[in-house]
Amino acid sequence: MAALRRVLRALATPFTQTAGLGRWMLVIGLVITGIFVLLAIFAPWIAPYGFAQASADGVDFPKAGAPSGEHWFGTDRLLFDVMSRTIWGARTAIEVVILSILICVVIGVPLGLVSGYYGGWLDRVLLLVMDALFAFPSFLLAIVFSFLLTDLFGGSVLAVAMSLSAIYIPQYYRVVRNTTVSAKEATYVEAARAIGAKDGVIMRRYLFGNVIQSVPVIGTLNAADAILTLAGLGFLGLGIQSTDAAEWGHDLNRALADAGAGVWWTGLYPGLAIVLLVTGLTLVGEGLNETLNPTLRKRRLLPVVMTTREDR
Amino acid sequence: MPTKPDLIDVRDLSVHFGLRGGTLGRLVGRDAGVVRAVDGISVTLREGEVLGLVGESGSGKSTFGRALLGLAPATSGTIGFDGADLTSMSRSELRALRQSIQMVFQDPSAALNPSMTVAEAVGDALRVHGMKSSVERRERVVEALERVGLSPVQLFLDKYPRDLSGGQKQRVVLARAIVMGPRVLVADEPISMLDMSVRAKILQLMLDLKQDLGLSYVYITHDLASAKFFCDRIAIMYLGRIVEIGDTEEIFANPRHPYTKALLRAAPDPDPARAVAKDLPRGEVPDAAVPPLGCSFHPRCPEAVAQCGWEARDLRTLLETHWTRRTPEEYDAESAAVGSLDALARPDTSVHVGRGGADAVRSILDRIRDEEPDEPLWRGVADVTDDGAGVRVDFHPGVDPALRRAGGVDVACVLYPDDSPDDSAGG
Repeated sequence: MAALRRVLRALATPFTQTAGLGRWMLVIGLVITGIFVLLAIFAPWIAPYGFAQASADGVDFPKAGAPSGEHWFGTDRLLFDVMSRTIWGARTAIEVVILSILICVVIGVPLGLVSGYYGGWLDRVLLLVMDALFAFPSFLLAIVFSFLLTDLFGGSVLAVAMSLSAIYIPQYYRVVRNTTVSAKEATYVEAARAIGAKDGVIMRRYLFGNVIQSVPVIGTLNAADAILTLAGLGFLGLGIQSTDAAEWGHDLNRALADAGAGVWWTGLYPGLAIVLLVTGLTLVGEGLNETLNPTLRKRRLLPVVMTTREDR
Repeated sequence: MPTKPDLIDVRDLSVHFGLRGGTLGRLVGRDAGVVRAVDGISVTLREGEVLGLVGESGSGKSTFGRALLGLAPATSGTIGFDGADLTSMSRSELRALRQSIQMVFQDPSAALNPSMTVAEAVGDALRVHGMKSSVERRERVVEALERVGLSPVQLFLDKYPRDLSGGQKQRVVLARAIVMGPRVLVADEPISMLDMSVRAKILQLMLDLKQDLGLSYVYITHDLASAKFFCDRIAIMYLGRIVEIGDTEEIFANPRHPYTKALLRAAPDPDPARAVAKDLPRGEVPDAAVPPLGCSFHPRCPEAVAQCGWEARDLRTLLETHWTRRTPEEYDAESAAVGSLDALARPDTSVHVGRGGADAVRSILDRIRDEEPDEPLWRGVADVTDDGAGVRVDFHPGVDPALRRAGGVDVACVLYPDDSPDDSAGG
C-alpha cells in the first residue's frame, strides 16, 4: 500500500514540480503518445481490417481507392486499407522503440557502470569503441547494422530494434559512465566498502539507483529519434516487409509513386502518424528534461521589493 | 594502569600515495614522487580502550584510520588483529574482517546512500555478510536503531537520509557500524560536522555503546577538547608520524613535544585574560611529498636546536619572509645580491647562496640575523664560508628523532634524550 503510494507519487512528480510551459509540453506529449500507445495495444480491435488484408467477404478492395465510407483513409495499390495499416503501424513503431530502448538500457547501463566504476584500461577501450560508434553518422550505422542483422534474424521487429539499439547504446553508456565516475567518489560508496560490500553489490545497490536518474530523459528523446530512423530504414526498403507488419516508412516508400498520380491519401496518413508520434515523444522528453534536470528547471522568483529610501 | 590485551597491533605502518604530476608527466608515465600520508607508525590499541589520533589536516590521521580497515593499501609494515596480519589479507578475507572492525564517517549526510531507506542502509551491512532472511535482518536493524537511540524505531525505518537531521543521520551511521557486532570502531571525526548541541550527545552515545557492547575505539579528530573528554590515550600526529603518545591526562598536563604544546596553546580559551599568549606554530604544514629533513616539525618549531635537520629550504623561507617586510627598493638591492632562490628548493645541508659577492651576501645574512637573533634557524647553521660570488652555508646534520620514553609518555623529539631504550619496549 505504502509502496504503491510512493510509486504514484513518484510518477506524479513531473506534474507537481513543473509549471507553465514545461508542464504543458509534458501533458500534451503524454496525451499524443498515450493515444498512439492505445492504438498499438488495441490495434486488432480498432483497425477495421488486417494490415495485409486485401479483401473482405470474398470481395477485393478497390485498387488505390479514394477515401470513402468503407475505407476512411482509402486503399493503396496493393489493395490494402490505409487506415488499418496506419493503426497497425503504430503497433510496429511502439514495439520496435520499446524493444530497442530495453536493449539499450540492458546493455548500455551495465557497461557504463562497470566502465566508470573500475576505470583503467577497460574504461579506455570501451570509451574508444563507444566514441567511434558516436562519431559515425547514426543513420549510416543503422543501415549497416540492419543489413547485418536482417541476414541473421530476417526482417523481423527484433532485428530492426537491435540495429536501432546499436546507434543509441553509446548515449546511455556515456551518461551512466560519467555519473558513475563522479558518484563512486562519494563517501557512501566508501562506507559500503567499509561494511564489506563486494564491487558487484556496490554497483547494484549503491551506484545504480543514483546514476539511473538521467536515463528516462534520454530514453524518451531517443524514442522520438528512433521512430524517425525506423521510418527511414523502412523507406529505404530495409527492415520490415509489408507482409510481415505494417510499417509507416515502408508505406511512404510505396506511396512515392502515387503522389504524381494524384493519390494523396496513401502518403498523407502514415506521414502524419510519424510526425505526430515524434512530436509527442519529443514533447515528453523535453518536458521530463525540464523537470528532472535541475540546471534547466525554472524556479519562480519573487521580485525583491526594497523599502523606499527617505530623502534627507 | 592495568594492562589489557592488545587488540590491534600496528607496526611500522606506511601508506604512500603515488603522485601523478602534470599532464605531460602522466602521458610519458613519469613518476612524480610519493606522498607519505602515513610514514612508519607503530601503535597498539588495547581491548576496551579509546585511542585518540589528533593532528592538523594533512597529518595522515584519516589515512591511518582507513588503513586499519584495509581501505587504504599499506605500503609497508603490518597491522595485527587477532593474530592475523591485515596488510597481507586477500580482498575476501578483508571483507569478512569488516564485521569486526567498522568505521564511522565524518559527514553523515555523505556517508548514507541517498536512495536507501534507513532500514535498507543498516540492513545492507547484514545482507552483504550473508544474512538472507529479511525478517531476521529487520529484527537486528530494529535492535541496532533502538540502541543508538532512534526511537520509536517504526518512525525511522522507512525514512530516507534527506528526511533526517544531522544528528539522526550520524546515529544511523553508528547503527550501521554496530549492527554486525564489531569489536573496534574507527571513528573519523564523527562529530565535527554536527551542530554543537548534538556533539556531546553523540559522544555520550558512543561511550554508552562502548560500555554496553565492549567496543574499542580509534577516535580520529583535530578537536583536542573532545579528545580530552573521550580518549584514554592520545597520539599526536604530524606529517604521517606520531610525535607524542601517552595517557590523556599526562599529555594535557605535561605536553612534551613542541608540537603538542603548540596545539594545546592553539585551542580556544574561554578566559579572555589568557587569550593573548598564543604563539601558534608559524607557517603551514609542509609538503608531505618532500618532507623536511630531520624532524618534520622543525621549520615551525619554536624550540628547535642545532640537530633538528636544518636545510636549504628553511633558509629560503627565512629570506622570503624577510623580504615581505622590506620596501621594494631594499628588496631589489638584496635580491640582486642574493640571486635566484631556485638553488634553495631542494633538501640540502650544504648550499651556495648569492651572486653579488661574498661580502654583500654575508652582510645581508648578518642583518637578518641581527633583526631576529632568536630565530632557531641560526642554531642549525654550522658554518658560512666564502664561495665564489656568494657564500656557502653549511648546516649541522639533522637527526630524525624516533619515539622514545620521556616521563609517562613516548615522544619523538631530540629535546628528550634517548636515555632509556629498554624502557620504551615495555610500553
